[in-house]
This record gives sequence, C-alpha cells and structure tokens, in this order.
Amino acid sequence: MADTARLRLSPQQKKRAKDAFSSPVASAVAVVIAVLWTIPTFSLLVTSIRPEKDINTTGWWTFFVNPSVSFENYEKVLFVGTGVNPPMFQYFFNSLAVTIPAVIFPITLAVFAAYALAWFDFKGRDAIFFSIFALQVVPLQLTLVPLLQLFSQGLVIGGVTIIPDLGITGTYIPIWIAHTIFGLPLAIFLLHNFLRQIPRELIEAGRVDGANWFTMFSKIVLPLSIPAIASFLIFQFLWVWNDLLVGLTFGAGSKSVAPMTVRLGEMVGTRGSGWEVLTAGAFVSIVVPLIVFFALQRYFVRGLLAGSVKG
Amino acid sequence: MRGSVWDVIGPNLTLLVISLVAFSAIIYALFLIGSRASVRWQEWLRYGIFLGPAILLLVVGLIYPALRTIWMSFMDARSENFIGLDNYVWAFTIPEIQIVLRNTALWVVFVPILSTLIGLAIAYMTDRMKSAAVVKSLIFMPMAISFVGASVIWGFVYNYEPNDKKPEIGLLNAIMRMFGFESQNWMLNAPLNTFLLIAVLVWIQTGFAMVILSAAMKNVPDEVVEAAMLDGASNWRRFSEVTLPMIRGTVVVVLTTITIGTLKVFDIVRTMTGGNFQTNVIANEMYAQSFRQLNYGQGSSLAVILFLAVVPIIWYNVRQLRLERTER
Repeated sequence: MADTARLRLSPQQKKRAKDAFSSPVASAVAVVIAVLWTIPTFSLLVTSIRPEKDINTTGWWTFFVNPSVSFENYEKVLFVGTGVNPPMFQYFFNSLAVTIPAVIFPITLAVFAAYALAWFDFKGRDAIFFSIFALQVVPLQLTLVPLLQLFSQGLVIGGVTIIPDLGITGTYIPIWIAHTIFGLPLAIFLLHNFLRQIPRELIEAGRVDGANWFTMFSKIVLPLSIPAIASFLIFQFLWVWNDLLVGLTFGAGSKSVAPMTVRLGEMVGTRGSGWEVLTAGAFVSIVVPLIVFFALQRYFVRGLLAGSVKG
Repeated sequence: MRGSVWDVIGPNLTLLVISLVAFSAIIYALFLIGSRASVRWQEWLRYGIFLGPAILLLVVGLIYPALRTIWMSFMDARSENFIGLDNYVWAFTIPEIQIVLRNTALWVVFVPILSTLIGLAIAYMTDRMKSAAVVKSLIFMPMAISFVGASVIWGFVYNYEPNDKKPEIGLLNAIMRMFGFESQNWMLNAPLNTFLLIAVLVWIQTGFAMVILSAAMKNVPDEVVEAAMLDGASNWRRFSEVTLPMIRGTVVVVLTTITIGTLKVFDIVRTMTGGNFQTNVIANEMYAQSFRQLNYGQGSSLAVILFLAVVPIIWYNVRQLRLERTER
C-alpha cells in the first residue's frame, strides 16, 4: 500500500511525464521510418498507373513533376494474355477459387475437432490433443513430395491399394486438401483453447435438458465461437491468398488452376515482362489482402498474436 | 482471348460451386444422421463425425508424408535403393550446398535480429505518441503483402539500367547516381545480394515484431514507468532498465517466431534471383532438388535438416510461452 501511495503522481507531474514520453524527436523518427517503409509499395502503385513509355524512361518520382495517368497497364495485364499464358483475370479467379474452400474446409473441420477435444470425455483425449499441437512443428517442406504422390498415384502398400488414384491432379482439389491439412493443427489448437473457456454449467445444463451432442454444437457452441472463428478466418485467408509453395506444387503446373502468386512469380522470371505489367500485376494480387488488412486490422492482429507459430 | 478465359473459368466455377455445395450437404447430412440416431449410436457417431475427419486428414496427409520423407532421405534419387547417410553427407560436403547453408545462416541471424530491433524501437517510440495508429499501420502493412508481391516491389527498387545513357528507374540506383556513385546490378553482387534479399523479409517482419512488442509494452503498468520518470531516469535507462526487462519474454517469442519463418523462406529467393548468384537457401534448394532435379533423396534430406533446425526453436518458444502464462 505504501508503495502505491508513493507512486501516486499529481496531475501536473502526470502531464509532465506524458509530455516527456511523447518526445517530438522520437515521434519524428517514427514518422520518417513509416514513410520509408511505405515508399516501396507506394512506388509500385504510382508506377502501375503511369504510361508504359514513361515507366521505362523516367523514374517513378518524376510522376509528381509531370503527372500522366493511364490504366492501360491494368487492362493489358488483366485481360490480355501473352502467348500461352492466360490473362491475370483468370489467375485472380483461381486465387479466389483456391482461397474460399481452403478457408472454409479447415475451419469447419477444426471447430468440430476442437469441440470434441474440449468437451467429450474419453481416454487418450489429452494425448490426441498434444499430438495435434506438436504437429505444428512439421514444416510444409517435410510433407510435400509424399503428399503429392498420394494425389497423383494413390497409396499402395504391399500391392494392396489403400487409396486409389482419384484423377484429381490438375484441379483445385489437391490444393484445397493440402491447405486444409496444413491449416488444421493450428486451427484446432486455437479453437480448442477458446472452446475450453465455455462455462461447464452451460454444457451441463444443455445435457440435462436432453440436448444431444449435435444439437448442443449447433445451438450453444457454434454461436459462442464466432469471434474466435472470425480471427482465424482472416489469418487463414491471408495465408492461403499469399501462399506460393502450396499453389506451385499442388497445382501440378496447370495454368488453369494456378493462383496469382504463381503467375506473378513466373512473370518476374521471364524476360519481356516489363515493369508496366509487373507493377500492375503485383498490385492486382496485393489489393485484396490490403483491403482485408485495413478493414479488419484489429482481428488480423488478434489472429496473428495467437497464430504466429504456424508451420 | 476473352472467350477462352471463360472456357477455363466456366468448368472451374462449376467445380468450386459443386464442391462447396457437396461439402455443406455432407456436413448437414452427418448432423442429421447424428442427431436422429439412437442414444447408444450417438455415443459412437459423435467421435466419428466430429473428430474423425480431422484425425484422418492429419494421419494420412501430415504424419504419413512426414515419416515417408524421413525414410526417403535415406534412399537414392528415385527412392529405390537404401543408401544410408549419403544424402546427408552430400548436404554437408558439397561446396554448392555449403553456400546454401551459409546463406540460410545469414538469413536466420540477420532477419530476426534486425526486425526485432527496429520493431522494438518503433514500438517504444510510438508507445505514448499521439496518432501512433497511422504510423503503426503503415509499418505493419507489408505483413499483408505476399512474399512474391514484396519481391516485385523490391525488385523495382533494386532495378538496374545497363545503359548508362538512360536514367535509372530503380530507386536505389537513382540515389547512387545522385550521390555520384556508379549504379550497379545489385542482384549479381555476392554477398551483398543476399543482404538485399534479407532486407525484403526484414521489411515484412518488422511490422509483426512491432505489433506484438507494442502490445506487450501496453501491459507495463504506467506507475512503474512514471516512477522511473520521477527518479529522473533518462529515456534510454527507462527503456533498458524498466521496459525491456518487463517484456523480455515477449522479445524472445518474437525472435524465435521470426527465426522459424526465416528458416522456411522460399518465395523471396525464388522470385528475385531463382537461387542464382550465390543467394540460394535451404527451402529453395529443397524445392529445386525435389521438383527440378527430381532427386527425392537429396530433396528429402534437406527437408529433414530444415525440420531438425525448426524443432529446438519451437520447443524453446513453447516453453517460453508457458513461462509467460504462468507468470501472469
């Protein structure tokens, strides 16, 4: 008690302390760093709306002296393909088509599993939960080749076909399944921690009222876990949308299912893709996550704080 | 051209819609069966329906492939003959791979330290700053950008114009010329090029470090900091003797988390240099061995090395998190 009394400050002292904290120098330095951090992205945006001729003959910063705006780059990259390569518009669709199920599937299965692990009483429950938690250690790279072979050849052990070749290579399905598998350990872990916090009385009251485990899930557990689901949803969305490795390997090189990251990576590697196409293409691919980021930053931070150990 | 785009999107859209409908229908049907079943059946069905799918996917899609990769790392290129530790001997003795390991070490040392230091500095400087939200969100923004997108952004900054009669359009070379230096092709210049690639990941991860450290600083009680103020402690001493010790645990978690992400970095190197010009790292070489050379043995051994490098860091991280939780 004496200690806290000694620490009480008069309003004037408090104000002085606050003023000293918000030192103008520190604030100025922070602002300068923020500007430096933004310049590269900003230069991409500026370049993407300049005419091709300007981009290749003058620096993007001359735009402010001599502004001329053109959306031709976007039209070119979005709707005009190059030779064998379809236009970005198709890859944009692919990114959406890859991402939507690759977010819905793992979250659904993870809520189910988290519910079971949090509220069913059975032997080995803790062992299963701990194993799933430990699976986060496994890096993607450790599973790529065998998982890919599972999709392309099925699973045959000692001449017995356990999983047949399903003929799904070259469709979205392997990419969805791969993302689902890789997303599960973290999703189950986070949602389990959340579902554990539902008061036991609530679950027991439901049981006494004669609700079975299924109605209890849809009537009590699911509505309560919406905030946790939302946080993980954003996290998984950004992860899948921005992913290159899974799309590259499980897309099996098929242009008709490859997401934008794959195409963009390809464009960088090929000569002849000038900055006018690259900058516009890159902006098309980053604009969706940027919108999500600015609109839902709070949830994103929450998901990030919880999910930063993802493998 | 547009016509052919719809020819591809059409069937793809059909597959997407059918899959989503089928998925919902299956879930709905399972719930219907589950809740209509007799009580005795329900006792069994609930495990199968709620826990079954996730466990099945994890066993078939994660545990089995991981074990198989470990097994493949002791086999030859086509996974036909057992060759013992040859792939590991290869990984640690071939000069080319030693550069890969050296580069990975450079990434793992510099990315976490630089990102955390800068993130810590910004978090501290903005801790009590008015309208810090804008500053923070700008620094945090690269977290939402894909590694490939970031590679394009930075590739443009590092752009090189071989014809010195023409103006440089890359920011870095333009600045070099402005100060009277000769512009250069940054991506060819080893080992500087590796550091320029490292800068890209630092640019992305600093925001992450800042956000998490800033959240931790908010938990340091005002009274403690204010008491230090009254004692006349300088800004630096207040930081190093009051704030830093109180968020030490979080600093460790941030460092280790970034380290794990850095170990697996693949997209940046692949996109910016393709692993050429002595910039290669383990994750990219693993991809190249497995999917270009089709040498599953050597690719797998690199994946296992990556795994072995990650395990102790995650173990330490988890322990640290546990300590933090019990302290609170």
